[in-house]
Amino acid sequence: MAPRKHRPGADPLNLWGNAREGSKVPTELQPRATPPSAPAGGAAQHRPLEIRVDQVSRIYPARPSSARKGDGSPVPALAGVSLQASHGEIVAVVGPSGCGKSTLLELVCGLQQPDGGTLRCAPAVLMPQRDLLLPWLSALDNAGLALRIAGAPRALARRRAATLFAELGLDGFQDAHPSELSGGMRQRVAFLRTLLAGKPVLCLDEPFGALDAITRAEMQEWLQRTLAGAPRTVLLVTHDVEEAALLADRVVVLSPRPGRVLAQLDVDLPRPRRRTESELIGLRERALSALAAGGRA
Amino acid sequence: MSARRTRWLPAALLACLLLGAWELYVEINGVEEAVLPAPHAVATALWRSRSLIWHNFTVTAEEVVLGLGLALAGGLALAVAVHLLPLARRAVYPLLVGSQAVPVPVIGVVLVFWWGFGLLPKLLVIALICFFPVVVTTVDGLAAVDPEQPKLLRTLDASRWQAFRFAELPAALPAALSGARIALAVGVIGAFIAETTTPTTGAYPGLGREILSDVNFQTSRAYAGTVVLFAFAIACFYALATVERRLAPWNVRDRRGRT
Repeated sequence: MAPRKHRPGADPLNLWGNAREGSKVPTELQPRATPPSAPAGGAAQHRPLEIRVDQVSRIYPARPSSARKGDGSPVPALAGVSLQASHGEIVAVVGPSGCGKSTLLELVCGLQQPDGGTLRCAPAVLMPQRDLLLPWLSALDNAGLALRIAGAPRALARRRAATLFAELGLDGFQDAHPSELSGGMRQRVAFLRTLLAGKPVLCLDEPFGALDAITRAEMQEWLQRTLAGAPRTVLLVTHDVEEAALLADRVVVLSPRPGRVLAQLDVDLPRPRRRTESELIGLRERALSALAAGGRA
Repeated sequence: MSARRTRWLPAALLACLLLGAWELYVEINGVEEAVLPAPHAVATALWRSRSLIWHNFTVTAEEVVLGLGLALAGGLALAVAVHLLPLARRAVYPLLVGSQAVPVPVIGVVLVFWWGFGLLPKLLVIALICFFPVVVTTVDGLAAVDPEQPKLLRTLDASRWQAFRFAELPAALPAALSGARIALAVGVIGAFIAETTTPTTGAYPGLGREILSDVNFQTSRAYAGTVVLFAFAIACFYALATVERRLAPWNVRDRRGRT
């Protein structure tokens, strides 16, 4: 992949936030051959850690607008969350709405800084819940956006994106604009855009949450196949426990706000998995009961 | 082709209806030509004075086109500056709003003092009258980008400039074009104000000044000139709509999808 350009002084007024500093640090961690704390045993542990979240807390400062309601106190979003993901691992984070799942993803992507704990991550790219395709670009140009940003000429970006189009079932829609694509197709183009960013970690924020149930099931199967063909480290945030059990190597269950880790469930099931498998259903039940127990606490 | 022709039909019918009513009103009430000339008198004046009107029109058209160009360039530059620099927004925005209240003759004198009797003072007056809608719509368009979009672009390692170029600028284009259409509608009357408030030395003073000097004693000719300005504004408006289809086809497509 093209080397990341860091542009020192490109933003003297800091209008672009300080996220660039955030993503600069992990780049240095990336080539590390052995994880800093590699316990023996477990196949995944032999591969380098690419996400290491250690006792991370995040507190949003009080908003002045909420002060009039007599509630001007800071809002804790995450309280001491720890999780890890090795190269090629798929970790799903499930939890109720507002438990800080998206905050966790933004921390991993370097879009926010933690208020406590440490966070070391390889460069990560975000796939937001809404596809956020640019309506004025064709599907092919949207998919190749990251390459254009990295400095590739348009023709090259389109060629690179085109090689994957048929594989993702998008053949024939290269020059269609987002408004002409179905929800599932838009999501696939968005996923391709995420893949082509060439970053080791993919952060998927409820990628299929906006789709109807049938399309969502199709897209889950599709993502399962795609990731089997091209393994990446994936942090998948979802409120769909079944989706988590179907796709992930490990399911991290978060409590309601402020998010804490209630359970970490390993999914040692062969792939491709079917949602009707009894082991999968059993795992779903365990995750759900962990959620229920956390909700009572 | 026939579909294109029928699209113009309602406007043509309405125009005919209004002209007929006007003609009848003048005829029945015996209104004097100096007060309100009948459409047929205006048509006659237009034909008789076609050379004079045409030459004055080319002067005015040049002013409108260049003045609008100046308003667009200045308006877009101001909008981008106001968008990218919050300090500029706080500093400049109130002045921009206030500038719209300035009566043109007040500054006409100093513009002529600085730049003489030529084209430039007129262009500046037109630009002053037209630039405001461009700034307002473009600033809103630039700010209307989905708030999640910058996050996505940041994880794709986009610089501030790239976020602007790939997301904000194209997103603001339809709004900027809407601003341009409003500016255009005001631009023709802006040219009239420019011509009548700043002196000129050219062979033809422009249609605005011509109309003003005709209005008392050659009322039909003043109306004939007005008809030309009227048609010119319409032509410019639709020309801009064609440009919009070229520059922002996704916007036209989305709008069609919505209705």
